[in-house]
Amino acid sequence: MKQLFTFVKKEFYHVFRDWKTLLMLFGLPVIQIVVFGFALTNEIKKANIVVVDNAKDLASQQIIDKMEGSKFFSLQKTLMSSSQIDAAFKEGTIKLAVVFPVNFNTDLLHLNKASIQVIADASDPNTAITLTSYVSSIVGDYQAQLVPTSAIPFTIQPEVRMLYNPDLKGAPNFVPGVMAMVLLLVCVMMTSVSIVREKELGTMEILLVSPVKPLMVIIAKAIPYLFLSLINLCAILILSVYALDLPIKGSLLLLFGESALLIITALSLGLLVSTVTSSQQSAMFTSMLGLMLPTMLLSGYMFPIENMPIVLQLISNIVPARWYYIIVKAVMLKGLGFSAIWKETLILAGMAVFFLALALRNFKIRLE
Amino acid sequence: MNAITLSNITKTYNRKTVLAVDDVSFEVGKGEIFGLIGPDGAGKSTLFRLLTTLLIADKGTATVAGHDVVKDFKEIRGLVGYMPGRFSLYQDLTVEENLNFFATVFNTTIKENYELIKDIYVQLEPFKNRRAGKLSGGMKQKLALCCALVHKPEVLFLDEPTTGVDVVSRKEFWEMLHRLKLLGITILVSTSYMDEATRCDRIGLILGGRLLSINTPEDTIKAYPEKLYAAKSDGIYALLKDLRSFEGILSCYAFGEFLHVSLKCAEQEALSYIQSKGHTHVEFKQITPTVEDCFIRLLNQKNEGNGHKDE
Amino acid sequence: MKETVIKTNKLTKRFGDFVAVDEISFEVHRGEIFGFLGANGAGKTTAMRMLCGLSIPTSGEANVAGFDVFRETEEIKKNIGYMSQKFSLYEDLTVLENIEFYAGIYGLTDKEIKDKSDELISKLGLRNEAKKLVGSLPLGWKQKLSFSVAIVHQPKIVFLDEPTGGVDPSMRRQFWDLIYDAADKGITIFVTTHYLDEAEYCNRVSIMVDGRIDALDTPAGLRKQFGVGTMDEVFYKLARQAKRSAD
Repeated sequence: MKQLFTFVKKEFYHVFRDWKTLLMLFGLPVIQIVVFGFALTNEIKKANIVVVDNAKDLASQQIIDKMEGSKFFSLQKTLMSSSQIDAAFKEGTIKLAVVFPVNFNTDLLHLNKASIQVIADASDPNTAITLTSYVSSIVGDYQAQLVPTSAIPFTIQPEVRMLYNPDLKGAPNFVPGVMAMVLLLVCVMMTSVSIVREKELGTMEILLVSPVKPLMVIIAKAIPYLFLSLINLCAILILSVYALDLPIKGSLLLLFGESALLIITALSLGLLVSTVTSSQQSAMFTSMLGLMLPTMLLSGYMFPIENMPIVLQLISNIVPARWYYIIVKAVMLKGLGFSAIWKETLILAGMAVFFLALALRNFKIRLE
Repeated sequence: MNAITLSNITKTYNRKTVLAVDDVSFEVGKGEIFGLIGPDGAGKSTLFRLLTTLLIADKGTATVAGHDVVKDFKEIRGLVGYMPGRFSLYQDLTVEENLNFFATVFNTTIKENYELIKDIYVQLEPFKNRRAGKLSGGMKQKLALCCALVHKPEVLFLDEPTTGVDVVSRKEFWEMLHRLKLLGITILVSTSYMDEATRCDRIGLILGGRLLSINTPEDTIKAYPEKLYAAKSDGIYALLKDLRSFEGILSCYAFGEFLHVSLKCAEQEALSYIQSKGHTHVEFKQITPTVEDCFIRLLNQKNEGNGHKDE
Repeated sequence: MKETVIKTNKLTKRFGDFVAVDEISFEVHRGEIFGFLGANGAGKTTAMRMLCGLSIPTSGEANVAGFDVFRETEEIKKNIGYMSQKFSLYEDLTVLENIEFYAGIYGLTDKEIKDKSDELISKLGLRNEAKKLVGSLPLGWKQKLSFSVAIVHQPKIVFLDEPTGGVDPSMRRQFWDLIYDAADKGITIFVTTHYLDEAEYCNRVSIMVDGRIDALDTPAGLRKQFGVGTMDEVFYKLARQAKRSAD
C-alpha cells in the first residue's frame, strides 16, 4: 500500500511540475466552452422581422407582446401587402414576416384552430429554420398558457429540435461533446505520454527490474489523471451552468458515475496506446489522431449520426464518445434516470473492460 | 557458487536479421568485478538486458545468483540492482524524491540500508533538494548508483555508468565500486573507456556480439604476442605518416603523446628508417602494452579478417 | 607570424548570480588543434556556445574568425563548423543526401556539391554505403561522416564537442587522422573530450575549472608544470580543486 502511495505521489509531482501541460489540461476545456458557447453559437439575435397584424385582437396582441419581449427579434409592426413583404425580402431588410389573419382570436376560441402565416427568407436556410422555430416556439408557449383555462387540444406542434431546448440556445448540443472530448483527450494522451516517457528515460527498465507489479504501475499512473479529469469535469459543469445558463436536470451523481466510466475507458485506451508506441511524440500523435478525430466527427455532436453514410454509422458504434454523448444528453438535458440509459452504460462498461483487458495483456513485463 | 553464469547465449533482433549477441559464455564469481569492455554497438547492453530478465535469449541459458533468468525472473528482480545505459532518473524530481521513490519501489527505505550508500549519499546530501535534471553528469551517475544500491542487491549491473563523465568523477566512481566489492556485492560493469579495464578483476573484450577474450587485465596484457614500442619525435603527425608507409611496420597508431608501434623488422632497422626521414628528438623504446593496445590489436585482426562488418 | 583565429579577453557569462564562465582570455592560432578540457560543469559548453555565436556573453570581448561575438554572430556562423557528440546528421537520410543537404545550406553551387560529395565518399571509403540510410551505419562511421560534413564548407574553425564518445579505440584513432588532415589544410580545430589521451594529440590544451581557465600550454608543458607523467594526473590535480560540482 505504501508503495502505491509513493508511486501516486511521484506521478503528482510530475503533473504539477510540468505547469505547461497542466495549463493546457485546464485551459483546453475552458477555451472550448467559451469558443463554442459564445462565438460559434447558431443563435440569432435581434433579427429584423415584420409583423402584419390583420386581426388586432387579444390573442394576436398577446403573441406579439411575447415576440417583442424576445431578444431574438427586432419587431417592426406595419400593415403590409403580400407584394410589399416580397419587396422587403428582396431588399434583404427583413429576415422573417409573421402574418396574423383576420379573426385570429375568434377562430382560435371557436374552431380550436387558427393559423399564422410565417414567411422566411429561405436563401439563408439556417437562419430561416432557426427563426421559424423561434416563432413556433413562442406560439407554442402561448398555447401552453391557454391550457389550464380552456383545456383545448393543440394543433400546432413546436419543432422537434426545440423540444428539449426551450431557451433556444446552441450550448446543449456541444457541452456534452466538449465533456467527452476533454475527458478522452486528457486521459488517453496524458496516460500514454507519461508511460512512454518512462520508456524514453530508461526508468521503465528499472521499474521492470524491480519487485513492483505491472498492475501497480498502471494503477499509479491512472489515479492522478482520474483525479484531474474529475476536476476538469467539475470545471466544465460549473462553466456551463453559470456562464452558459445550462442547468443540469438529472442526477449529478449519475452524471459523475457515467463520466468516471468514460474516464476508465479512456485510461485503458491510453495504456493501450503506450504499449504500442515508444516515443512521446508518437504516443501523442496516436492519441490525437485515433481519438480526437473520431470523437469530434463520429460521436454525433458535430454531425448527426443519422445523416451519415451507413459505413460511418457502423464505425461510430465503436467510438466510446458516441455512447457517452447520448448518456450525458439524457442525464444533463432531459433529466432522465438510469433506466433510460442502462443500455448505453452497458456498452460503455463493456468497452472499458475490453480495452483494460487488452492493455493489461499487452503490457510487457520485458522489453520488446 | 558463481553469481552470474552464461552458456552459449545468442540473441538476435528484427526477426533474426541483426545478431546482437553471438554465442557468449562466461562466469562471474561472487564478489568479483567483471568488466565488459567494448565500443557502442558491441552487444554490451543486450547482455545486460538478458541478465536482468528484460530480454529472452534465442539460445543458451543464464543464471543470476543461482536463479534462471527466464523461469525465475521474479526472484532475480528482487535481488539485483541495475543501472541502464540510458538511465537518467526523473529529471523533474529532486535528489531526495528520486531516492525515496526507488527505495519504496524496492520495498525498503533509505534508512534501512544507509550504511551501504552512506559514502555516496553524503556527497549528494548538499543537493538533496535540487532537481535531478539540474545535476552535473558526475552527480547524476552517483545518484543513479545510489538508486540502484538502495535495496542492497546481491548483484549489481552497471551499463556504461561512466560515459560522458569527467576523469575525477570516474575515478571516484570506481573507488566506490571497490568499496562495494568488499561488501561482497558482485558487479558486472561495462565501459568504453579502456583505461578503466585495469580496475576490474577480470575483463571480457567484446565486439560485434562476440567475446574476443576473457582474462584478468594483467594476463590480457601478457597475452599480447608482439613487442610494442613507443615512438616520438618533434613532428608527431609526420612521424605517423612516415611510419605507416614503412614496410617493416605491423601497426602504428597514436597513443597519448607517443605513437605505439609494432614491428615486423628489427628495432634497429626501424630506428634508422626514422632517422633517414630527418626526424629530430626521436625517442624509441619498448613498452608494456595496455588493455587498449590489446583491444586495438584484436579490432585490427577482426577488421582484416572479415572486412568492414556492420554491427 | 601566426595568424590568430580566436581571441578572447575576459570573456564572461553569468546566469543570475551564477558565473558560468569567468573572465577567460586566450588565443588560438590558425591550423592549431586546441584542446578545451574541463570537468562536467566547469563551463566548457557555455564558453563554446559563446564562441559559436549561439549565446551572447555578459561581458568581455571575443573575436572568432575575424568577427565579433556580440555583433557579428551571423558572420561567425558562416565561417565555422560545429559537430557535437549527438551528431547532427539526419538518420533517415542517406549518406549522400546528408552531404548534399549540408553543402546546400552553406551555399555551395551544384557542381561544388557534386565534387565535394564524390571526394568525401571516396575519402571515407563509403562508396558502397553512399545510398544507405545514415541510421544504419555503425557509430564510428557516423561520427567520421559527421565531422566531414561539418567541414564541407571549408570553415576557418571547426568546434568539436566530445566527438569520440563511445567509439572503439581503433575508430577513435581513425577519427583523429581526419582531424590531423583537416588541421594540415589550415582548418583550426577546437575540441573538447573526456579521453585524456586525446588531449595529448592537441597542439595546446586549456583546462577549465569553475568557469576559469586554470592551465593553458602544450601537453608536454603542462606535464612539466605540474611535475607529473600523464595528462590524466594534470587534469586530476586541477579538477580536484573545483569548488562547484554541479552545473
